[in-house]
Amino acid sequence: MSVVTVQLGQCGNQIGFEVFDALYTDSHCPQGLCSKRENEAYQASCKERFFSEEENGVPSARAILVDMEPKVTNQTLSKAAQSGRWKYGQHSCFCQKQGSGNNWAYGYSVHGPRHEESIMNLIQKEVEKCDSLSGFFIIMSMAGGTGSGLGAFVTQNLQDQYSNSLKMNHIIWPYETGEVIVQNYNSILTLSHLYRSSDALLVHENDAVHKICAKLMNIKQISFSDINQVLAHQLGSVFQPTYSVEGSCHYRRNPLGIDWQVRPPLSRLPTLGKASLNRELQFNTSIANLVILRGKDVHSADLGGFKDPALYTSWLKPINAFNVWKTQRAFSKYEKSAALVSNSQFLLKPLDTIVGKAWNMFASKAYIHQYTKFGLEEEDFLDSFTLLEQVVASYCNL
Amino acid sequence: MTQSVVVQVGQCGNQIGCCFWDLALREHAAVNQKGIYDEALSSFFRNVDTRVVGDGGSISKGKICTLKARAVLIDMEEGVVNEILQGPLRDVFDSKQLITDISGSGNNWAVGHKVFGSLYQEKILEKLRKSAEHCDCLQCFFIIHSMGGGTGSGLGTFLLKMLEDEFPEVYRFVTSVYPSGEDDVITSPYNSILAMKELNEHADCVLPIDNQSLFDIISKIDLMVNSGKLGTTIKPKSLITSSAGAVKKRHQKPFDAMNNIVANLLLNLTSSARFEGSLNMDLNEISMNLVPFPQLHYLVSSLTPLYTLADVNIPTRRLDQMFSDAFSKDHQLIRADPKHSLYLACALMVRGNVQVSDLRRNIERLKPSLQFVSWNQEGWKTSLCSVPPVGHSHSLLALANNTCVKPTFMELRERFMRLYKKKAHLHHYLQIEGMEESCFMEALSSLSGLIEEYNQLDATKSMPVEDFPRLSVAM
Repeated sequence: MSVVTVQLGQCGNQIGFEVFDALYTDSHCPQGLCSKRENEAYQASCKERFFSEEENGVPSARAILVDMEPKVTNQTLSKAAQSGRWKYGQHSCFCQKQGSGNNWAYGYSVHGPRHEESIMNLIQKEVEKCDSLSGFFIIMSMAGGTGSGLGAFVTQNLQDQYSNSLKMNHIIWPYETGEVIVQNYNSILTLSHLYRSSDALLVHENDAVHKICAKLMNIKQISFSDINQVLAHQLGSVFQPTYSVEGSCHYRRNPLGIDWQVRPPLSRLPTLGKASLNRELQFNTSIANLVILRGKDVHSADLGGFKDPALYTSWLKPINAFNVWKTQRAFSKYEKSAALVSNSQFLLKPLDTIVGKAWNMFASKAYIHQYTKFGLEEEDFLDSFTLLEQVVASYCNL
Repeated sequence: MTQSVVVQVGQCGNQIGCCFWDLALREHAAVNQKGIYDEALSSFFRNVDTRVVGDGGSISKGKICTLKARAVLIDMEEGVVNEILQGPLRDVFDSKQLITDISGSGNNWAVGHKVFGSLYQEKILEKLRKSAEHCDCLQCFFIIHSMGGGTGSGLGTFLLKMLEDEFPEVYRFVTSVYPSGEDDVITSPYNSILAMKELNEHADCVLPIDNQSLFDIISKIDLMVNSGKLGTTIKPKSLITSSAGAVKKRHQKPFDAMNNIVANLLLNLTSSARFEGSLNMDLNEISMNLVPFPQLHYLVSSLTPLYTLADVNIPTRRLDQMFSDAFSKDHQLIRADPKHSLYLACALMVRGNVQVSDLRRNIERLKPSLQFVSWNQEGWKTSLCSVPPVGHSHSLLALANNTCVKPTFMELRERFMRLYKKKAHLHHYLQIEGMEESCFMEALSSLSGLIEEYNQLDATKSMPVEDFPRLSVAM
């Protein structure tokens, strides 16, 4: 089953390139630490998911590149072509001349409707190349204008047009100390809209990845390229093929196939109120955890720690909340590697912080005129705040 | 990629404009090795086959034929424009994009605005429309002028309203040279205040510049160079101070070095829009991030470093020094001390071999010494452009929306009041058709309104930062 990737804005396109590069490099890695047949099955599976075969033999990424100004997409397309190993499709790029100016409203209300048809057509073409579509992977940042605003618009459209396919949005959480001054507004507008149309939000925080580069990898002068490569590595280790439950010889067909959404039982919910966040969150309570193991000794790994009920909220049993995927094929030359995807309270504090800052700015009416200029109303802001406060409360009450 | 059109008005505007075009050509020449007309070049230049008569000469791709600046030159005297047209840049300007007159505006805003405004309205509109037609996607008008005279001040601001009406979606960025205290034009306070009202109402973004600050910066550079203290690490010829024709003696024209600073400001402002980088910043993002309320669109700028250094691999300490300098009051292009006033927003536009970790490290380091308004405590907008300016390995342009502009405006108001109370020279203005005392009163009240807004913001400086109570939601 295949995944169609939509790369939006500067961030989305820069990361998208690194992701496909990482996936390709890993799948063609000769030292898989497994049998040749095994390796071939792995390669074939990866290929089917993320690349389509072109006439001249160079695999073409199943991706659409979208940006409202040309510099980044031009760079991305040529970097891929230059590598000679894989490339983007010839007609996979949609580009305009004048960006979104870090303005969510411009991305959502102006660029969205204006370019809806062209973008959806491009996506449709890519979908048609797939034998069977598993879903969409949408890479975007929250802080800017295109990734955030146009990203929200496109996701909504995908929901309408492909309601049976999964939509997973890869969201880049901006550095807390500004990259963009209006990033908090853009973030809350993005999140509230995505909540209504996306199936899963996979989050990477710039601050966290930056720390990984600094502390774990000891890079002295960290560039966005370094950050994106770490991101891509993490995503690759999640999305590359793993064994399906049925048998250890077949690779799982649906890479996005976890049931990411968990609906809490209605009867058990507390009726009111906002839990106080001052209470020290001692445990990061989870709703769902997915561990992915690759390489040597995967079958003998002890995962008991993940089955501890204390990790999970009271209305879930670990057996329902915890999943493991395995493959013996090593990832990217690492003899053993593990990845954890978690739906838990880890984002509660950053989310709360963003909502708080955006609220303060909103209460002072700062920058609002920039958004109302393009069709957004104060009502829309309030709706977003309300929705996100509910999300914060829900997670808090786990 | 988008295009911008530069409209240079008056003596000051045209002289600065001339420096700008010279530097822009040199910058692109240094970057563009293959002689192909690329998108970066097209932001400020057209590619024209001059053998073709009439309008058909524009070439959109391929080799560079002749580059023509996307500029409109306006002056009500002929001297400056003529000099440009006879100088080394004569082929860069399209002879059809000039508007000149003979008599000048006599340092009178009313003459520039009302008389020449109505006289040349149609012609100016025609030239502007022409330049816009030559653009694939016009994003911004850059207006360069001075506030103290007659043409730049009066006609320059008359333009603004016209641009707003005719091209409402195109940004209007104004670089305004404010008169310093010892300005020799007696009526400069009148001209400036009358012009301020127009800037308040019709500009998207204003970059105020002060001659005295420019002069001080030049003096500092000269001092460092001549003292020989830094030895071989200083190259005396840097893009900051030198202009066209390296053989020419430096400071041949008295304002050349100063104008070059402003020219560099404009180049650095647009670098991230023209060239690639890991974190781009387009012109519309400047307005979006730095203008929290429509009226408060005055941005204090500073450029660092001011001299080239011989070593290429900059040790971290020097890089950090660049960031520190950007906030020092000696590097600001107007008399202002942003460190001791209140920030509403700040943008750091970095060029060259600087990475995101350097940016973050310096922001963390400098943050504690700066005061930001309560609702924008992390009010930083950053950009990284890979292409450094000519002759440097990296550079930084800081744009601050900061209450430190207030003193400039208050001084202006004071000088205005001193003249106005005595009704000095007023008759020169009132005798112009369309001018009445109410024009002055309205302009004064517009300025006072602006100062009051800054006052209110300053009043919040010492107050504790309190969070607004959040929405409480029912589950």
